[in-house]
Amino acid sequence: MRTMQFSKVKGDKNQHKVVVYALSTCVWCKMTKQYLKDNGVEYEYIDVDLLNEEDKQKIRQEIQSKGGSLSYPTTIIDDKVVVTGFRKDLLKEALGI
Amino acid sequence: MTPITIEQVRKRAEADAQTYGYHLVPDPDLLQGLLEGLKINEDRYGYPSCPCRLASGNFDYDRDIICPCDYRDPDVAEFGACYCRLYVSKDVYEGKVPLPTVPERRPLEKQSKAFAAPPPAEAKPAAEEKEEFVKVGPKLWYCKQCGYVVFRDDPPYVCPICKAKREMFAQIKARIDFLG
Ligand code: SF4
Repeated sequence: MRTMQFSKVKGDKNQHKVVVYALSTCVWCKMTKQYLKDNGVEYEYIDVDLLNEEDKQKIRQEIQSKGGSLSYPTTIIDDKVVVTGFRKDLLKEALGI
Repeated sequence: MTPITIEQVRKRAEADAQTYGYHLVPDPDLLQGLLEGLKINEDRYGYPSCPCRLASGNFDYDRDIICPCDYRDPDVAEFGACYCRLYVSKDVYEGKVPLPTVPERRPLEKQSKAFAAPPPAEAKPAAEEKEEFVKVGPKLWYCKQCGYVVFRDDPPYVCPICKAKREMFAQIKARIDFLG
């Protein structure tokens, strides 16, 4: 039901569905993306600050419906594990990397 | 107004850290990334809103997250760093304690506004540029909060009297003639 474009980053470790909600201006979001990439994790991301108002609303509902907060980055794994901020330890544990 | 450079953003942050007894995060890549984020936001919105938070582009909704945000002081006091970890305490700077993770202190209802804010009525910097009086050189600025007046090229980053942010300064439209 999504209309906006999530960017996909390919990786060998694709057994989990990993979605990163990010801001294009946020260095911690960049580090999260880089960390996943360096570890070969497949993920998709969206830079919320670059969306139009309508899509921002949809994203907000999407994040909150999965129990995420409106902090960036928010990484949601398999629609259930929510990691707020760039937390290597939590990502490692959730993704088994 | 010419777009702000990274160096200007850095100098401003350094000066502000010094004034308030903080330090900038020592990791050069992290610091550079944070300063870049601030610059992008300043270019985009006309004010340096927090790079780690979603801004609405509406000045009134974003007022509390213009860097340095209203949450910096309590966050550095409690955790040793601001939310983005641009400003850190002396202990963190000296490596005595590790860089902390800092939870979001900004109330949810304020955050929520950024997701559905009406677009800004008119971009502020663009409007200011249309004013035809003195374009270069020092000008008179007054603080809308306390009335402090200063004569210089740009408004101060914070009001030295009441600590209002730069955005609270407005130019006084007066012609000044210099005679000798
Ligand atoms: S959290 Fe830090 S970088 Fe972000 S606006 Fe506040 S003081 Fe500036």
